[in-house]
Amino acid sequence: MKEWVDGLIRGSAALRGMPPEVSYFLAMVFFGLCAVGFMAICALAFVWLERKVSARIQSRYGPVYTGGKFGWAQTLADAVKLLMKEDLVPTSADRILFNIAPVITFMASMLTLVAIPFGDGLIVADLDVGIFFILAVSGMAVIGFLMGGWSSNNKWSLYGGMRAASQIISYEIPVALSLIGVVMIVGSLNMSEIGRFQEGGFWRWNLFRSPFLFVAGFIYFTAALAEINRTPFDLPEAESELVAGYSTEYSGMKFAFFFLAEFANLFVVSAIASVMFLGAWTSPLPWQLLPGPVWFLVKAFGLVIVIMWLRWTLPRLRVDQLMAVCWKYLIPISLVMLIGLGVQMWKFPVK
Amino acid sequence: MSAVAQYVSNIWRAVITTLIGMRVTGRNAFTRPVTLEYPDERAHLPERYRGILHNRIEDCIGCLACARACPVNCIHIEISKRDKEDYGVTSDGTKITQWIPKFDIDMSLCMICGLCTEPCPTECLTVTKEYELAVEGKREMYLEFALERDKQIVAKKMAEKETPAAAE
Repeated sequence: MKEWVDGLIRGSAALRGMPPEVSYFLAMVFFGLCAVGFMAICALAFVWLERKVSARIQSRYGPVYTGGKFGWAQTLADAVKLLMKEDLVPTSADRILFNIAPVITFMASMLTLVAIPFGDGLIVADLDVGIFFILAVSGMAVIGFLMGGWSSNNKWSLYGGMRAASQIISYEIPVALSLIGVVMIVGSLNMSEIGRFQEGGFWRWNLFRSPFLFVAGFIYFTAALAEINRTPFDLPEAESELVAGYSTEYSGMKFAFFFLAEFANLFVVSAIASVMFLGAWTSPLPWQLLPGPVWFLVKAFGLVIVIMWLRWTLPRLRVDQLMAVCWKYLIPISLVMLIGLGVQMWKFPVK
Repeated sequence: MSAVAQYVSNIWRAVITTLIGMRVTGRNAFTRPVTLEYPDERAHLPERYRGILHNRIEDCIGCLACARACPVNCIHIEISKRDKEDYGVTSDGTKITQWIPKFDIDMSLCMICGLCTEPCPTECLTVTKEYELAVEGKREMYLEFALERDKQIVAKKMAEKETPAAAE
Protein backbone atom coordinates (compact mmCIF):
# COMPACT_ATOMS: atom_id res chain seq x y z
CA MET A 1 0.00 0.00 0.00
CA LYS A 2 2.78 2.41 0.92
CA GLU A 3 4.62 1.76 -2.35
CA TRP A 4 1.40 2.27 -4.20
CA VAL A 5 0.78 5.59 -2.46
CA ASP A 6 4.35 6.60 -3.28
CA GLY A 7 3.71 5.79 -6.91
CA LEU A 8 0.47 7.73 -6.86
CA ILE A 9 2.15 10.78 -5.39
CA ARG A 10 4.98 10.61 -7.94
CA GLY A 11 2.47 10.18 -10.74
CA SER A 12 0.24 13.11 -9.87
CA ALA A 13 1.55 16.57 -10.67
CA ALA A 14 -0.65 18.26 -8.07
CA LEU A 15 0.49 15.98 -5.25
CA ARG A 16 4.16 16.07 -6.27
CA GLY A 17 4.29 19.84 -5.84
CA MET A 18 3.37 19.65 -2.17
CA PRO A 19 5.68 18.86 0.72
CA PRO A 20 5.64 15.10 1.42
CA GLU A 21 3.93 15.50 4.79
CA VAL A 22 0.93 17.19 3.20
CA SER A 23 0.66 14.84 0.22
CA TYR A 24 0.89 11.77 2.47
CA PHE A 25 -1.66 13.26 4.79
CA LEU A 26 -4.06 13.91 1.88
CA ALA A 27 -3.54 10.43 0.47
CA MET A 28 -4.16 8.84 3.87
CA VAL A 29 -7.27 10.96 4.45
CA PHE A 30 -8.53 9.85 1.05
CA PHE A 31 -7.98 6.15 1.79
CA GLY A 32 -9.41 6.55 5.26
CA LEU A 33 -12.56 8.05 3.75
CA CYS A 34 -12.68 5.18 1.27
CA ALA A 35 -12.57 2.74 4.18
CA VAL A 36 -15.28 4.60 6.09
CA GLY A 37 -17.43 4.75 2.96
CA PHE A 38 -16.96 1.05 2.36
CA MET A 39 -17.90 0.37 5.95
CA ALA A 40 -21.01 2.53 5.76
CA ILE A 41 -22.16 0.77 2.60
CA CYS A 42 -21.44 -2.59 4.22
CA ALA A 43 -23.42 -1.62 7.31
CA LEU A 44 -26.39 -0.55 5.18
CA ALA A 45 -26.21 -3.79 3.24
CA PHE A 46 -25.99 -5.81 6.46
CA VAL A 47 -29.06 -4.16 7.95
CA TRP A 48 -30.96 -5.12 4.82
CA LEU A 49 -29.44 -8.62 4.88
CA GLU A 50 -30.31 -9.05 8.53
CA ARG A 51 -33.94 -8.20 7.83
CA LYS A 52 -34.02 -10.57 4.89
CA VAL A 53 -32.33 -13.43 6.75
CA SER A 54 -34.54 -13.03 9.80
CA ALA A 55 -37.60 -12.91 7.56
CA ARG A 56 -36.68 -16.04 5.65
CA ILE A 57 -35.92 -17.93 8.85
CA GLN A 58 -39.38 -16.98 10.12
CA SER A 59 -41.01 -17.90 6.78
CA ARG A 60 -41.65 -14.28 5.85
CA TYR A 61 -40.49 -12.16 2.90
CA GLY A 62 -38.99 -9.18 4.72
CA PRO A 63 -38.89 -5.85 2.91
CA VAL A 64 -40.19 -6.25 -0.66
CA TYR A 65 -41.46 -2.90 -1.88
CA THR A 66 -38.90 -0.17 -1.15
CA GLY A 67 -36.71 0.47 -4.17
CA GLY A 68 -38.59 -1.88 -6.45
CA LYS A 69 -37.30 -5.42 -6.15
CA PHE A 70 -36.28 -7.15 -2.89
CA GLY A 71 -36.70 -3.95 -0.89
CA TRP A 72 -33.05 -3.16 -1.52
CA ALA A 73 -33.52 0.54 -0.68
CA GLN A 74 -35.11 -0.16 2.69
CA THR A 75 -32.06 0.74 4.76
CA LEU A 76 -31.41 3.76 2.56
CA ALA A 77 -34.87 4.98 3.46
CA ASP A 78 -34.25 4.16 7.12
CA ALA A 79 -30.96 6.05 7.07
CA VAL A 80 -32.57 9.12 5.54
CA LYS A 81 -35.28 8.95 8.17
CA LEU A 82 -32.68 8.71 10.95
CA LEU A 83 -30.78 11.72 9.60
CA MET A 84 -33.97 13.78 9.48
CA LYS A 85 -34.86 13.00 13.07
CA GLU A 86 -34.56 15.54 15.82
CA ASP A 87 -31.36 15.26 17.80
CA LEU A 88 -32.53 15.04 21.40
CA VAL A 89 -30.38 15.37 24.51
CA PRO A 90 -32.12 14.60 27.81
CA THR A 91 -32.13 17.60 30.16
CA SER A 92 -30.40 15.74 32.97
CA ALA A 93 -27.85 14.08 30.71
CA ASP A 94 -24.16 14.83 30.87
CA ARG A 95 -24.06 16.74 27.61
CA ILE A 96 -20.38 16.40 26.77
CA LEU A 97 -20.04 12.68 27.47
CA PHE A 98 -23.39 12.06 25.82
CA ASN A 99 -22.15 13.63 22.60
CA ILE A 100 -18.71 11.99 22.63
CA ALA A 101 -19.89 8.43 23.32
CA PRO A 102 -21.21 7.50 19.86
CA VAL A 103 -18.13 9.00 18.22
CA ILE A 104 -15.79 6.88 20.32
CA THR A 105 -17.74 3.71 19.62
CA PHE A 106 -17.83 4.47 15.92
CA MET A 107 -14.16 5.37 15.86
CA ALA A 108 -13.18 2.16 17.63
CA SER A 109 -14.88 0.02 15.01
CA MET A 110 -13.61 2.14 12.11
CA LEU A 111 -9.99 2.11 13.31
CA THR A 112 -9.88 -1.67 13.22
CA LEU A 113 -10.47 -1.45 9.50
CA VAL A 114 -7.06 0.16 9.08
CA ALA A 115 -5.23 -3.08 9.77
CA ILE A 116 -7.45 -5.52 7.89
CA PRO A 117 -5.97 -6.83 4.62
CA PHE A 118 -8.55 -7.01 1.85
CA GLY A 119 -6.05 -8.64 -0.45
CA ASP A 120 -2.34 -9.25 -0.76
CA GLY A 121 -0.94 -5.80 0.02
CA LEU A 122 -4.37 -4.17 -0.10
CA ILE A 123 -4.28 -2.83 3.42
CA VAL A 124 -4.43 0.77 4.62
CA ALA A 125 -1.63 0.42 7.17
CA ASP A 126 0.45 -2.75 7.11
CA LEU A 127 1.30 -2.62 10.80
CA ASP A 128 3.75 -5.08 12.30
CA VAL A 129 1.55 -5.21 15.38
CA GLY A 130 -1.56 -5.73 13.21
CA ILE A 131 -3.75 -8.06 15.24
CA PHE A 132 -2.57 -6.54 18.51
CA PHE A 133 -3.58 -3.10 17.22
CA ILE A 134 -7.02 -4.42 16.25
CA LEU A 135 -7.60 -5.96 19.67
CA ALA A 136 -6.45 -2.80 21.45
CA VAL A 137 -8.56 -0.48 19.35
CA SER A 138 -11.70 -2.58 19.39
CA GLY A 139 -11.41 -2.76 23.17
CA MET A 140 -11.93 1.00 23.16
CA ALA A 141 -15.55 0.58 22.10
CA VAL A 142 -16.45 -0.36 25.65
CA ILE A 143 -15.52 3.15 26.81
CA GLY A 144 -18.10 4.54 24.39
CA PHE A 145 -20.76 2.12 25.60
CA LEU A 146 -20.09 2.91 29.23
CA MET A 147 -20.01 6.66 28.52
CA GLY A 148 -23.30 6.50 26.65
CA GLY A 149 -24.88 4.44 29.40
CA TRP A 150 -23.62 6.64 32.19
CA SER A 151 -24.25 10.05 30.66
CA SER A 152 -27.83 9.33 29.57
CA ASN A 153 -28.95 9.43 33.20
CA ASN A 154 -31.41 6.64 32.55
CA LYS A 155 -31.55 3.35 34.38
CA TRP A 156 -31.92 1.27 31.21
CA SER A 157 -28.94 2.95 29.64
CA LEU A 158 -26.85 2.52 32.77
CA TYR A 159 -27.70 -1.17 33.02
CA GLY A 160 -26.91 -1.60 29.33
CA GLY A 161 -23.61 0.21 29.65
CA MET A 162 -22.57 -1.79 32.72
CA ARG A 163 -23.52 -5.06 31.09
CA ALA A 164 -21.60 -4.08 27.97
CA ALA A 165 -18.55 -3.25 30.03
CA SER A 166 -18.54 -6.46 32.06
CA GLN A 167 -19.28 -8.60 29.02
CA ILE A 168 -16.82 -7.07 26.61
CA ILE A 169 -13.97 -6.95 29.10
CA SER A 170 -14.52 -10.60 30.06
CA TYR A 171 -14.70 -11.78 26.49
CA GLU A 172 -11.57 -9.91 25.43
CA ILE A 173 -9.62 -12.69 27.16
CA PRO A 174 -10.85 -15.73 25.19
CA VAL A 175 -10.65 -13.67 22.00
CA ALA A 176 -7.02 -12.81 22.67
CA LEU A 177 -6.12 -16.31 23.83
CA SER A 178 -7.61 -17.96 20.76
CA LEU A 179 -5.84 -15.50 18.46
CA ILE A 180 -2.50 -16.07 20.21
CA GLY A 181 -2.56 -19.62 18.83
CA VAL A 182 -2.56 -18.24 15.30
CA VAL A 183 0.19 -15.81 16.16
CA MET A 184 2.25 -18.70 17.60
CA ILE A 185 1.99 -20.83 14.49
CA VAL A 186 2.58 -17.98 12.04
CA GLY A 187 5.23 -16.30 14.10
CA SER A 188 4.01 -12.80 13.30
CA LEU A 189 1.38 -10.28 14.41
CA ASN A 190 1.33 -8.74 10.95
CA MET A 191 -2.03 -9.34 9.27
CA SER A 192 -0.59 -9.58 5.73
CA GLU A 193 2.01 -12.04 7.01
CA ILE A 194 -0.73 -14.17 8.54
CA GLY A 195 -2.62 -14.11 5.25
CA ARG A 196 0.43 -15.04 3.17
CA PHE A 197 1.23 -17.89 5.57
CA GLN A 198 -2.03 -19.62 4.62
CA GLU A 199 -1.68 -19.50 0.84
CA GLY A 200 -2.01 -22.68 -1.22
CA GLY A 201 -5.30 -24.39 -0.44
CA PHE A 202 -7.71 -24.83 2.39
CA TRP A 203 -5.59 -27.45 4.17
CA ARG A 204 -3.04 -24.74 4.77
CA TRP A 205 -5.60 -22.49 6.44
CA ASN A 206 -4.98 -22.04 10.15
CA LEU A 207 -8.30 -23.60 11.01
CA PHE A 208 -7.23 -26.93 9.52
CA ARG A 209 -3.55 -26.86 10.41
CA SER A 210 -3.99 -28.22 13.87
CA PRO A 211 -6.90 -29.66 15.86
CA PHE A 212 -6.09 -27.13 18.57
CA LEU A 213 -6.46 -24.23 16.18
CA PHE A 214 -9.71 -25.73 14.91
CA VAL A 215 -11.16 -25.47 18.41
CA ALA A 216 -9.55 -22.06 18.90
CA GLY A 217 -11.32 -20.85 15.75
CA PHE A 218 -14.69 -21.73 17.19
CA ILE A 219 -13.77 -20.20 20.53
CA TYR A 220 -12.80 -16.99 18.76
CA PHE A 221 -16.07 -16.96 16.85
CA THR A 222 -18.16 -17.49 20.00
CA ALA A 223 -16.27 -14.94 22.07
CA ALA A 224 -16.36 -12.43 19.21
CA LEU A 225 -20.13 -12.72 19.10
CA ALA A 226 -20.16 -11.65 22.72
CA GLU A 227 -17.75 -8.82 22.02
CA ILE A 228 -20.02 -7.27 19.41
CA ASN A 229 -23.18 -7.83 21.47
CA ARG A 230 -24.86 -10.22 19.10
CA THR A 231 -27.41 -12.76 20.18
CA PRO A 232 -27.09 -15.07 22.13
CA PHE A 233 -24.90 -12.57 23.98
CA ASP A 234 -26.93 -9.41 23.35
CA LEU A 235 -27.51 -8.60 27.00
CA PRO A 236 -26.28 -4.99 26.77
CA GLU A 237 -29.12 -4.08 24.45
CA ALA A 238 -31.63 -6.75 25.35
CA GLU A 239 -34.71 -5.23 23.73
CA SER A 240 -37.18 -7.06 25.92
CA GLU A 241 -35.54 -5.96 29.17
CA LEU A 242 -33.61 -2.76 28.62
CA VAL A 243 -35.44 -0.96 25.79
CA ALA A 244 -32.23 -0.51 23.77
CA GLY A 245 -29.52 -0.64 26.43
CA TYR A 246 -26.91 2.11 26.32
CA SER A 247 -28.46 3.70 23.22
CA THR A 248 -31.93 4.13 24.74
CA GLU A 249 -31.75 7.92 24.96
CA TYR A 250 -30.08 8.47 21.62
CA SER A 251 -31.89 9.65 18.54
CA GLY A 252 -31.15 10.78 15.03
CA MET A 253 -27.57 10.93 13.85
CA LYS A 254 -26.04 9.85 17.16
CA PHE A 255 -28.17 6.74 17.27
CA ALA A 256 -27.19 6.10 13.67
CA PHE A 257 -23.54 6.17 14.76
CA PHE A 258 -24.14 3.49 17.39
CA PHE A 259 -26.10 1.48 14.89
CA LEU A 260 -23.48 1.84 12.20
CA ALA A 261 -20.74 0.85 14.64
CA GLU A 262 -22.67 -2.26 15.60
CA PHE A 263 -23.02 -3.44 12.02
CA ALA A 264 -19.49 -2.38 11.16
CA ASN A 265 -18.30 -4.55 14.06
CA LEU A 266 -20.17 -7.42 12.49
CA PHE A 267 -17.98 -7.07 9.42
CA VAL A 268 -14.80 -6.49 11.41
CA VAL A 269 -15.28 -9.65 13.46
CA SER A 270 -15.99 -11.73 10.37
CA ALA A 271 -13.04 -10.18 8.59
CA ILE A 272 -10.68 -10.96 11.47
CA ALA A 273 -11.98 -14.52 11.66
CA SER A 274 -11.45 -15.02 7.95
CA VAL A 275 -7.96 -13.52 8.03
CA MET A 276 -6.84 -15.42 11.12
CA PHE A 277 -8.45 -18.80 10.49
CA LEU A 278 -9.90 -19.00 6.99
CA GLY A 279 -6.92 -17.97 4.92
CA ALA A 280 -7.71 -14.29 4.31
CA TRP A 281 -7.62 -13.63 0.55
CA THR A 282 -6.39 -17.08 -0.48
CA SER A 283 -8.52 -19.45 -2.46
CA PRO A 284 -9.53 -22.78 -0.89
CA LEU A 285 -7.92 -24.55 -3.86
CA PRO A 286 -4.28 -24.32 -4.95
CA TRP A 287 -5.37 -22.13 -7.88
CA GLN A 288 -6.37 -18.52 -7.22
CA LEU A 289 -9.58 -18.71 -9.31
CA LEU A 290 -10.93 -15.32 -8.25
CA PRO A 291 -9.09 -12.12 -7.28
CA GLY A 292 -7.96 -12.05 -3.65
CA PRO A 293 -10.33 -9.33 -2.42
CA VAL A 294 -13.28 -11.31 -3.81
CA TRP A 295 -12.29 -14.40 -1.85
CA PHE A 296 -11.83 -12.28 1.25
CA LEU A 297 -15.25 -10.67 0.92
CA VAL A 298 -16.91 -14.02 0.17
CA LYS A 299 -15.48 -15.48 3.38
CA ALA A 300 -16.28 -12.43 5.50
CA PHE A 301 -19.84 -12.10 4.19
CA GLY A 302 -20.37 -15.84 4.62
CA LEU A 303 -19.43 -15.52 8.28
CA VAL A 304 -21.71 -12.49 8.61
CA ILE A 305 -24.59 -14.63 7.36
CA VAL A 306 -23.68 -17.36 9.84
CA ILE A 307 -23.73 -14.79 12.66
CA MET A 308 -27.18 -13.63 11.55
CA TRP A 309 -28.33 -17.23 11.30
CA LEU A 310 -27.19 -17.79 14.88
CA ARG A 311 -28.93 -14.66 16.02
CA TRP A 312 -32.29 -15.87 14.80
CA THR A 313 -31.72 -19.36 16.18
CA LEU A 314 -30.57 -18.93 19.76
CA PRO A 315 -32.30 -17.23 22.67
CA ARG A 316 -30.49 -14.78 24.92
CA LEU A 317 -28.33 -16.03 27.79
CA ARG A 318 -28.75 -14.95 31.39
CA VAL A 319 -26.00 -12.87 32.97
CA ASP A 320 -24.74 -15.75 35.13
CA GLN A 321 -24.75 -18.10 32.13
CA LEU A 322 -22.87 -15.48 30.13
CA MET A 323 -20.14 -15.29 32.72
CA ALA A 324 -20.08 -19.07 33.14
CA VAL A 325 -19.56 -19.56 29.40
CA CYS A 326 -16.64 -17.18 29.46
CA TRP A 327 -14.80 -18.04 32.69
CA LYS A 328 -15.64 -21.72 33.10
CA TYR A 329 -15.56 -22.86 29.49
CA LEU A 330 -14.02 -20.56 26.89
CA ILE A 331 -10.98 -19.38 28.85
CA PRO A 332 -9.89 -22.77 30.28
CA ILE A 333 -10.43 -24.48 26.94
CA SER A 334 -8.50 -21.85 25.04
CA LEU A 335 -5.64 -22.14 27.55
CA VAL A 336 -5.57 -25.91 27.06
CA MET A 337 -5.60 -25.41 23.28
CA LEU A 338 -2.69 -22.99 23.61
CA ILE A 339 -0.64 -25.51 25.57
CA GLY A 340 -1.61 -28.28 23.14
CA LEU A 341 -0.56 -26.15 20.20
CA GLY A 342 2.75 -25.41 21.92
CA VAL A 343 3.39 -29.12 22.39
CA GLN A 344 2.41 -29.82 18.80
CA MET A 345 4.78 -27.17 17.48
CA TRP A 346 7.56 -28.50 19.64
CA LYS A 347 7.11 -32.11 18.46
CA PHE A 348 6.14 -31.38 14.84
CA PRO A 349 7.64 -28.02 13.83
CA VAL A 350 5.75 -26.20 11.06
CA LYS A 351 7.57 -26.40 7.71
CA MET B 1 -22.12 -37.96 37.10
CA SER B 2 -18.69 -36.78 38.07
CA ALA B 3 -17.84 -33.13 37.70
CA VAL B 4 -15.55 -33.74 34.76
CA ALA B 5 -18.13 -35.82 32.91
CA GLN B 6 -20.68 -33.09 33.62
CA TYR B 7 -18.30 -30.46 32.24
CA VAL B 8 -17.69 -32.37 29.03
CA SER B 9 -21.35 -33.18 28.57
CA ASN B 10 -22.23 -29.50 29.04
CA ILE B 11 -19.89 -28.55 26.22
CA TRP B 12 -21.20 -31.36 24.04
CA ARG B 13 -24.81 -30.36 24.67
CA ALA B 14 -24.10 -26.69 23.97
CA VAL B 15 -22.55 -27.55 20.60
CA ILE B 16 -25.15 -30.13 19.59
CA THR B 17 -28.21 -28.13 20.61
CA THR B 18 -26.88 -25.09 18.76
CA LEU B 19 -26.39 -27.20 15.64
CA ILE B 20 -29.87 -28.70 15.95
CA GLY B 21 -31.35 -25.21 16.30
CA MET B 22 -29.41 -24.00 13.30
CA ARG B 23 -30.62 -26.97 11.28
CA VAL B 24 -34.23 -26.11 12.11
CA THR B 25 -33.89 -22.44 11.25
CA GLY B 26 -31.79 -23.24 8.22
CA ARG B 27 -34.45 -25.56 6.91
CA ASN B 28 -37.10 -22.94 7.57
CA ALA B 29 -35.14 -20.38 5.59
CA PHE B 30 -35.66 -22.38 2.40
CA THR B 31 -39.34 -23.10 2.75
CA ARG B 32 -41.92 -21.00 0.95
CA PRO B 33 -42.88 -17.92 2.99
CA VAL B 34 -46.39 -18.09 4.38
CA THR B 35 -46.88 -14.35 3.98
CA LEU B 36 -49.82 -13.11 1.92
CA GLU B 37 -48.80 -9.75 0.53
CA TYR B 38 -52.09 -8.26 1.55
CA PRO B 39 -53.07 -5.47 -0.80
CA ASP B 40 -51.85 -7.54 -3.76
CA GLU B 41 -53.03 -10.93 -2.58
CA ARG B 42 -56.23 -11.81 -0.74
CA ALA B 43 -56.79 -14.53 1.78
CA HIS B 44 -59.20 -17.29 0.71
CA LEU B 45 -62.25 -16.77 2.91
CA PRO B 46 -64.23 -19.68 4.32
CA GLU B 47 -67.68 -20.46 2.86
CA ARG B 48 -69.64 -19.05 5.80
CA TYR B 49 -67.46 -16.04 6.52
CA ARG B 50 -69.41 -13.14 8.05
CA GLY B 51 -68.45 -9.71 6.84
CA ILE B 52 -70.32 -6.44 6.57
CA LEU B 53 -74.18 -6.55 6.17
CA HIS B 54 -76.00 -5.90 2.93
CA ASN B 55 -79.72 -5.56 2.20
CA ARG B 56 -81.22 -6.16 -1.24
CA ILE B 57 -83.88 -3.55 -0.61
CA GLU B 58 -85.93 -4.54 -3.69
CA ASP B 59 -86.78 -7.83 -1.95
CA CYS B 60 -87.30 -6.35 1.52
CA ILE B 61 -90.91 -6.57 2.77
CA GLY B 62 -90.37 -4.43 5.84
CA CYS B 63 -91.33 -7.14 8.35
CA LEU B 64 -88.95 -5.77 11.04
CA ALA B 65 -87.82 -9.29 11.95
CA CYS B 66 -84.19 -8.31 11.60
CA ALA B 67 -84.52 -5.24 13.79
CA ARG B 68 -86.12 -7.36 16.53
CA ALA B 69 -83.45 -10.04 16.26
CA CYS B 70 -80.59 -7.56 16.55
CA PRO B 71 -79.03 -7.81 20.01
CA VAL B 72 -77.48 -4.34 19.86
CA ASN B 73 -80.30 -2.50 18.06
CA CYS B 74 -78.20 -1.27 15.24
CA ILE B 75 -80.90 -1.70 12.54
CA HIS B 76 -83.29 1.24 12.26
CA ILE B 77 -86.35 0.70 10.06
CA GLU B 78 -89.37 2.87 9.34
CA ILE B 79 -92.31 1.46 7.41
CA SER B 80 -95.55 2.83 6.05
CA LYS B 81 -98.51 0.81 4.75
CA ARG B 82 -98.91 0.73 0.97
CA ASP B 83 -102.27 1.14 -0.74
CA LYS B 84 -103.69 -2.08 -2.23
CA GLU B 85 -102.88 -1.06 -5.82
CA ASP B 86 -99.26 -0.28 -4.86
CA TYR B 87 -98.50 -3.78 -3.57
CA GLY B 88 -95.27 -5.11 -4.98
CA VAL B 89 -93.77 -8.54 -5.24
CA THR B 90 -90.30 -9.82 -4.38
CA SER B 91 -88.12 -12.02 -6.55
CA ASP B 92 -89.32 -15.11 -4.65
CA GLY B 93 -93.01 -14.11 -4.98
CA THR B 94 -93.72 -12.65 -1.56
CA LYS B 95 -96.10 -9.71 -1.43
CA ILE B 96 -94.61 -6.34 -0.41
CA THR B 97 -97.19 -4.43 1.61
CA GLN B 98 -95.03 -1.66 3.05
CA TRP B 99 -93.13 1.35 1.86
CA ILE B 100 -89.73 1.42 3.54
CA PRO B 101 -88.54 5.05 3.75
CA LYS B 102 -85.77 4.17 6.17
CA PHE B 103 -83.60 1.06 6.41
CA ASP B 104 -80.37 2.01 8.17
CA ILE B 105 -77.70 -0.17 9.71
CA ASP B 106 -75.22 1.47 12.06
CA MET B 107 -72.03 -0.49 11.39
CA SER B 108 -70.31 1.26 14.29
CA LEU B 109 -72.69 -0.63 16.59
CA CYS B 110 -72.99 -3.82 14.58
CA MET B 111 -71.00 -6.74 15.91
CA ILE B 112 -71.47 -8.83 12.78
CA CYS B 113 -73.15 -11.71 14.64
CA GLY B 114 -75.41 -12.51 11.68
CA LEU B 115 -78.48 -13.05 13.89
CA CYS B 116 -80.48 -10.57 11.80
CA THR B 117 -80.06 -12.60 8.65
CA GLU B 118 -81.59 -15.75 10.13
CA PRO B 119 -85.23 -14.62 10.58
CA CYS B 120 -85.33 -12.73 7.26
CA PRO B 121 -88.23 -14.34 5.33
CA THR B 122 -87.13 -13.24 1.86
CA GLU B 123 -83.42 -13.65 2.57
CA CYS B 124 -82.70 -10.13 1.39
CA LEU B 125 -80.57 -9.20 4.40
CA THR B 126 -77.27 -11.04 4.09
CA VAL B 127 -73.71 -10.93 5.36
CA THR B 128 -71.18 -10.28 2.64
CA LYS B 129 -67.55 -11.35 2.54
CA GLU B 130 -66.43 -7.74 2.65
CA TYR B 131 -63.96 -7.48 5.55
CA GLU B 132 -62.24 -4.17 4.93
CA LEU B 133 -64.31 -2.10 7.31
CA ALA B 134 -62.08 0.94 7.59
CA VAL B 135 -63.74 4.18 6.47
CA GLU B 136 -62.74 7.81 6.48
CA GLY B 137 -65.49 9.13 8.72
CA LYS B 138 -68.09 8.02 11.22
CA ARG B 139 -70.91 8.93 8.80
CA GLU B 140 -69.69 6.30 6.37
CA MET B 141 -70.30 3.60 8.94
CA TYR B 142 -73.98 4.42 8.81
CA LEU B 143 -75.31 2.36 5.90
CA GLU B 144 -78.57 3.56 4.32
CA PHE B 145 -80.42 1.14 2.10
CA ALA B 146 -83.84 2.80 1.65
CA LEU B 147 -84.89 3.55 -1.93
CA GLU B 148 -85.27 7.17 -2.94
CA ARG B 149 -88.69 6.25 -4.44
CA ASP B 150 -90.02 5.03 -1.10
CA LYS B 151 -88.69 8.08 0.70
CA GLN B 152 -90.42 10.45 -1.71
CA ILE B 153 -93.72 8.56 -1.67
CA VAL B 154 -93.87 8.48 2.10
CA ALA B 155 -92.82 12.12 2.39
CA LYS B 156 -95.64 13.05 -0.01
CA LYS B 157 -98.13 10.95 1.99
CA MET B 158 -97.10 12.63 5.23
CA ALA B 159 -97.46 16.05 3.65
CA GLU B 160 -100.97 15.11 2.40
CA LYS B 161 -102.00 13.89 5.84
CA GLU B 162 -100.93 17.14 7.49
CA THR B 163 -102.52 19.51 4.99
CA PRO B 164 -105.14 17.53 3.04
CA ALA B 165 -106.45 20.71 1.41
CA ALA B 166 -103.14 21.71 -0.12
CA ALA B 167 -102.82 18.39 -1.92
CA GLU B 168 -106.03 18.79 -3.85
